[in-house]
Amino acid sequence: MLKSHLDVQLLNLLAAGMLLISFAMLSTRRTQQLITLFAWQGAILFLSTSLVAHEAGLTELYFSAALTLILKVITLPLILHTLIKRLGAQWDNERLVNIPITMLVGLVLVIFAFGLAQPISLLATTITRHTIGIALAVILLSFLMMITRRKAVTQVIGFLAMENGLFLAATSATYGMPMVIELGIALDLLVAVFILGIFFFQIREQFDSLDLHHLESLKEE
Amino acid sequence: MRGIAFVWQFGEVLLAIALAPLFSGWIAKCRAWMQNRTAPPLTQQYRMLRKLFLKDVALAENASWLFRAAPYVLFGTMVLAAAIIPSVVTDLPFASAADAIALIGLFATARVFQALAAMDIGTAFGTLGARREMMVGFLAEPAILMVFFNAFLLFGTTALTGMVDNYATHPSVFDPSVVFAAIAFVMVLLAENARIPIDNPATHLELTMIHEAMVLEYSARHLALIEWASSLKIFNYACIGIALFIPWGIAIHGATVGAVLIALLTLIVKLALCGAALALIESISAKLRIFRAPEFMAMAFLIAVLGLLVHLLLGANTSA
Repeated sequence: MLKSHLDVQLLNLLAAGMLLISFAMLSTRRTQQLITLFAWQGAILFLSTSLVAHEAGLTELYFSAALTLILKVITLPLILHTLIKRLGAQWDNERLVNIPITMLVGLVLVIFAFGLAQPISLLATTITRHTIGIALAVILLSFLMMITRRKAVTQVIGFLAMENGLFLAATSATYGMPMVIELGIALDLLVAVFILGIFFFQIREQFDSLDLHHLESLKEE
Repeated sequence: MRGIAFVWQFGEVLLAIALAPLFSGWIAKCRAWMQNRTAPPLTQQYRMLRKLFLKDVALAENASWLFRAAPYVLFGTMVLAAAIIPSVVTDLPFASAADAIALIGLFATARVFQALAAMDIGTAFGTLGARREMMVGFLAEPAILMVFFNAFLLFGTTALTGMVDNYATHPSVFDPSVVFAAIAFVMVLLAENARIPIDNPATHLELTMIHEAMVLEYSARHLALIEWASSLKIFNYACIGIALFIPWGIAIHGATVGAVLIALLTLIVKLALCGAALALIESISAKLRIFRAPEFMAMAFLIAVLGLLVHLLLGANTSA
């Protein structure tokens, strides 16, 4: 197995880029920007997966990289864009609670994830084992994003970003999941976005808004 | 050998003083080009300085010595900072007197004097500008410290000249944390030099100005010194950025005259590129509300801290 130093550094750089995009997603207010960022995150994931595939010489990983490219960089952002256009929510500006505090919480999460991943990465034998911490951090940050958002669309983007993190974790810990599982997850994601898209319309019809706060109170006249 | 070092030292300081207005002029020119306006000539800054130096000073009645001394302090600190930063050569005798943390202290000194002088007259605008400047400053300082800590960790030294020397001897060192530090540094640079996301240097609109509000009461040679000091400040920041992130070409210890000339040329090319990039950033971004400024600086701080964390996670492991 080839272990060139430059490639490892490039992989680390790509993983760091994913972390940076996670923070950018945490702090953007505009839904459209969020979708663009999500597409970029997918693109970085595609690059790093193909690099790992090249390094480890695994043809399977090339397939999952291609799957990432088709699904997360092209299809899902397109679906989301058309969805928010249909919903008339392109220019939605979300009021977020205190961004600096969210950022600090995110920072604590990153430290936690790095600490948690340290013993795991010692067990792994892959060349990308150092990025497990970053993958965990991306997952936790997406969780945080889902918690802090109120709008339905942005929560779904948080959910998709979380899957990106899981995928990164899988590739860095064990060179990806078996092909069947990966295909299954991809299909799940696609179906989930379709179903949630239908939900969006239902929610909007009921409450005239996509704000999920309306779902919290019981409607009993 | 030490004699030549002093020649380089003074040469570099003079170069910084001479080139700083040109650099500001270049940024203004690029901005004008990108916004489809007729660009002012590159020598505009020099002409303005000359005009201001020829005028008589008008002082407010209740101005104290502090008000009159502040421009000289500002200019002095910026020249001293230029003496420490390795923009062309690293063989600087003065640089051993102060490291990067002292450099931040120098910038802080300048800021405090400027704010005090702005409050000295007692006008509403001066006080308003001073308060805003201190707010931006206290948010920007931790961020720039974190950026420097990134570099300290990477190169194992706190002296800017030492960092550049180390970089030249290990050219293959490339760490993801550098990317984070560079982004944070650009954000701090924009905030500290009153550039567009935080402050617009070209406006005299009362409610938005920060830097302009502080220098509103100054005239003639005082104003000229302040303007010169602020162009030196952005020049210094650009040189710090170059030394930290793109130091290729800077003449290291014991370099020959030819190498220094090459270093000079590369510096000019890099400054031209940096100026164009700054103008681009300023042209494509809108000014933030003043209450959004803390958010912007918190982001810069956070990115720098992330760089530290990523370095500890990835950098430590790859070397082990």
